[in-house]
Amino acid sequence: MSHAASVHSLWTMSADAPQKIPAPHIEYAQLSPTLIVLGAAVLGILVEAFLPRRTRHPVQLLLTCVALAAAFAAVVALAAGGYGTGKAHAAAMGAVAVDGPALFLQGTILLVSLVAVFTFAERRLDPAAHGRPVDSFAAQGAAVPGGRAEQDAVRAGFTTTEVFPLLLFAVGGMLVFPAADDLLTLFVALEVFSLPLYVLCALARRKRLLSQESAVKYFLLGAFSSAFLLFGVALLYGYAGTVTYSGIADVVNGNVRMLDPALAATTGNDALLLIGGALVLMGLLFKVGAVPFHMWTPDVYQGAPTPVTGFMAAATKVAGFGALLRLLYVVLPGLRWDWRPVMWGVAIVTMLVGAIVAVTQTDVKRLLAYSSIAHAGFILAGVVATSPDGVSSVLFYLGAYSFVTLGAFSVVTLVRDAGGEATHLSKWAGLGRRSPLTAATFAVFLLAFAGIPLTSGFAGKFAVFKAAAQGGAGPLVIVGVVSSAIAAFFYVRVIVLMFFSEPKEDGPTVAVPSPLTSSAIAIGVAVTLALGVAPQYFLDLAGRAGVFVR
Amino acid sequence: MENLIGLLVLAPLLGAGVLLCGGRRLDRSGPWLGTLLAAVSFALGVVLFADMLGKGGEERALDVTVFQWVPVGGFRADVGFHLDQLSMTFVLLITGVGSLIHLYSVGYMAHDERKRRFFGYLNLFLAAMLLLVLADNYLLLYVGWEGVGLASYLLIGFWQHKPSAATAAKKAFLVNRVGDMGLSIAIMLLFTTFGTFAFDPVLTRATDAGEGKLTAVALMLLLAACGKSAQVPLQSWLGDAMEGPTPVSALIHAATMVTAGVYLITRSGAVFDAAPDAQTAVVTVGAVTLLFGAIVGCAKDDIKKALAGSTMSQIGYMILAAGLGPIGYVFAIMHLVTHGFFKAGLFLGAGSVMHGMNDEVDMRRYGGLRTYMPVTFVTFGLGYLAIIGFPGLSGFFSKDKIIEAAFAKGGTEGWILGGAALLGAAITAYYMTRVMLLTFFGEKRWQPDAEGEMPHPHESPRTMTVPMIVLAFGSVFAGGLFSINDTFLKWLEPVTGHEEGHSPVSALTVTAATMVVLVIGVAIAWAQYGRRPVPVTAPRGSLLTRAARRDLLQDDFNHVVLVRGGEHLTRSLVYVDHSLVDGVVNGTAASVGGLSGRMRKLQNGYARSYAVSMFGGAAVLIAATLLMRAV
Repeated sequence: MSHAASVHSLWTMSADAPQKIPAPHIEYAQLSPTLIVLGAAVLGILVEAFLPRRTRHPVQLLLTCVALAAAFAAVVALAAGGYGTGKAHAAAMGAVAVDGPALFLQGTILLVSLVAVFTFAERRLDPAAHGRPVDSFAAQGAAVPGGRAEQDAVRAGFTTTEVFPLLLFAVGGMLVFPAADDLLTLFVALEVFSLPLYVLCALARRKRLLSQESAVKYFLLGAFSSAFLLFGVALLYGYAGTVTYSGIADVVNGNVRMLDPALAATTGNDALLLIGGALVLMGLLFKVGAVPFHMWTPDVYQGAPTPVTGFMAAATKVAGFGALLRLLYVVLPGLRWDWRPVMWGVAIVTMLVGAIVAVTQTDVKRLLAYSSIAHAGFILAGVVATSPDGVSSVLFYLGAYSFVTLGAFSVVTLVRDAGGEATHLSKWAGLGRRSPLTAATFAVFLLAFAGIPLTSGFAGKFAVFKAAAQGGAGPLVIVGVVSSAIAAFFYVRVIVLMFFSEPKEDGPTVAVPSPLTSSAIAIGVAVTLALGVAPQYFLDLAGRAGVFVR
Repeated sequence: MENLIGLLVLAPLLGAGVLLCGGRRLDRSGPWLGTLLAAVSFALGVVLFADMLGKGGEERALDVTVFQWVPVGGFRADVGFHLDQLSMTFVLLITGVGSLIHLYSVGYMAHDERKRRFFGYLNLFLAAMLLLVLADNYLLLYVGWEGVGLASYLLIGFWQHKPSAATAAKKAFLVNRVGDMGLSIAIMLLFTTFGTFAFDPVLTRATDAGEGKLTAVALMLLLAACGKSAQVPLQSWLGDAMEGPTPVSALIHAATMVTAGVYLITRSGAVFDAAPDAQTAVVTVGAVTLLFGAIVGCAKDDIKKALAGSTMSQIGYMILAAGLGPIGYVFAIMHLVTHGFFKAGLFLGAGSVMHGMNDEVDMRRYGGLRTYMPVTFVTFGLGYLAIIGFPGLSGFFSKDKIIEAAFAKGGTEGWILGGAALLGAAITAYYMTRVMLLTFFGEKRWQPDAEGEMPHPHESPRTMTVPMIVLAFGSVFAGGLFSINDTFLKWLEPVTGHEEGHSPVSALTVTAATMVVLVIGVAIAWAQYGRRPVPVTAPRGSLLTRAARRDLLQDDFNHVVLVRGGEHLTRSLVYVDHSLVDGVVNGTAASVGGLSGRMRKLQNGYARSYAVSMFGGAAVLIAATLLMRAV
């Protein structure tokens, strides 16, 4: 035995002890979408650190777009390689699932984010400050609103290009969220995408106080809900002795594989399971904005910079519902008779409250916020169908809805007056006469929200309600249709306002955007109409993706 | 050959399209273009007719499917044509008489500014009517049916500056809608029974369906026929339809619209044959209408309205014959054709008289016109002799056959129907003689027109007289040609079938009786209008006369029963709509709005209350989950 060897044996002596920790096995290729996005985010931080200010904006934009496109290509490659169907499995030691729903949702999130990046990068809407083009974000996030530092930053022409890496971090978290296959990964992913969002919400260039208020509220309530979720995770661990989804599901189904002696007193205690499951559910319902965990939505949607609102409204919903689906379909199917009635109630209340409260809103962004609550209710109706059709209809709805939402918020960024975006509804009166194209585009999105045929909203709603009805949730469908009728009222009211009211004297103008926002809106319209006119291909795609790995 | 059938319909349709869309450039050439296309259609009809004559009786039918029209699941409807002897007869009548009326209109409408449009509508009328008779299924027939309704609406209201014309057009359209409703219901019933609209399976398998269902279908078809053919109780539009230009009256009354009902019943013969109750309804309608129209015709002083009453009455004969089943189908169609000739001639003659008399229509202000308008007098006179059934002329043969067939129905029914038909013949002789005497004989009772100008009667231009002469030939010879060797019977029998009836009275007796009532009718008219001077203003007249002048109170009846009733119904529905439906809707909206306002207050902007809401929500969620398990 050589010296070196003896050192080695000394060094590894404890490793010879019975508790040997195996090196985790990581399938890097299968996790590549997430890794690409997170890697690019880190690169973006380096760009902020080392590149001169003037070059940062184009470089960040390019980096972000390339990263998102590459990640999307990786998702497509994985799906084409059969990971969505036959080769679906839990990667990274069972922490992350690589299966159909995960890939479908990741693809959707990446495409939506790519379009959202266009609106983030828009620099022509706000009038140039001191000769320098500016975007929707604060000159310097750390400067006190209205203070001296802010004036200096504006005068110096600063822009917050950090929003791009922040967005990438958020996207990275969102990619893991619906794929998380154990509760800890779920929690980490939740925090990874929530924290950048809190910061992004605070970065509006105009109405900064409102923006910061919204960010603080979002942060406080988000932290509150995370605590509930984490507590639920702990209880579930106490119940099953494991945090992996499949492990918990096994215990729920009655076959306990390994009993941790330390947990012998609690394993299999149904009270822990029910309370823990309800708390984890609550954490997810908070993220998707379901009643009664929705209160943050209107305030945050209104205060956040509109591009962020659009991104958040679209992508967060996709990620949140993805995680919810996986939790309910993989972990808790054995508990279906316990959680279904509860989810029924949540879905009904969500649809009704969202639709009813939206009726009296006077601010476009708040209106869209309540609309998103109502839509969360519609999607929940598909979730409780507990059938493969339910999964695929929810997947389709998420894809359709996210593009409509993004497009609608993009249009909101265009309508401006001296104080920035003119979001009060009264100012939108007669918009159709001044800017028929913009108003018509917005009308398309509103009709899609309302679920009028030939738009994606109709195909999505139809799929979800059909799945729900087949799943035995007839009353839910009735409530859904009634809520849709109520919702149609305020969507159509905006259309009437735009096209059949006299324009105001000092009404807002529609800014001419750069090709970035234009293409974001155009993509939104194109997807809305394509999914509305020929939904079958995408329904089939969602149908093929609809099986969760266990 | 098959392709020609499509062209037959297409030619006038093309004309309508070109004339209506062509704009002012066609103002001068338009009338001739329209006439040419009608003539092309007629020529195609003649070619197809010659081709058909070259084949044996059973192989004469041509079928052609142009394209699949509505292929939706098990529901299939094609645009296809079926040309057999029955539709061939109609095609020749429609295009032949139609072309003559086009030609006549060139002269009649020469001074009208909107004549291009007029010819467009005329062509549309022809196209729709041809589609109606050539369709090989009920759905396509319905298209033609509605097309005829539309075109008649446009033509009756052509002089839309006159409120009376606009009203008349609206009335015709509305009354026709009632009939159309019957047809659409009949078509739906046929589809639910047979699963198809095509004539072929429906009519060959008619007896497969139960009698009750067939009776329902047949009654609905009868309702449709009543609407288009102006039969009681849907007859009220016909008299008012005289508000249209006279060529329109000739077209509607002789060649096209009113014959549609007879066509429908004859075509659907298989359905009616299997539904005896419905046939009874048909003959009742026919008998009532033939008397109704004749009585109305007696009292009218307006020459066109008198002729309108006559049309109603003559169509009543046809419906009566069609309702008799296989005994009568052939004679219904034969009378339809001969009537097409003489009634068109009479209307064109009336138009010619009006043309010469400053558009005066009151016969009491005519008189002694025979020397001023010799051609009109002779052609009108021949038409007159034909319609009253003067021996040897067209009407004699066709009407006589119908009276015989009515008697041949047998039993009490046969006597009643035959008696009604005979009585109708007498009244026909009376009112037509009256028209003739008032117009062409006696002393001149001409009055100055609204501008104080005395009329200067003169013969009409060549474009108007030539069609009248041609039609007069038809009025004289058509009946004889059809009857020698039973030509028409043999021609149509393969399609409609034929049975000899067993008449309780011999054919000779019937003919003799017809002659007697004819002479009586003419004699009474002569006694009243030939021997005595005619007052220029109508005397008050008896109660029946006054009722007949008001179309036997049909409008009053409709007003009291339908219009008032309808008004009450709409008013009460409006009340229900306002108070109940609107109340519920507005109430819902208000309560949603109120609820929204109240729920909005929960959103107070404080993060602490949001957190409380979440906390409470989580508590409820947990409680509910545990509760579910406990239950």
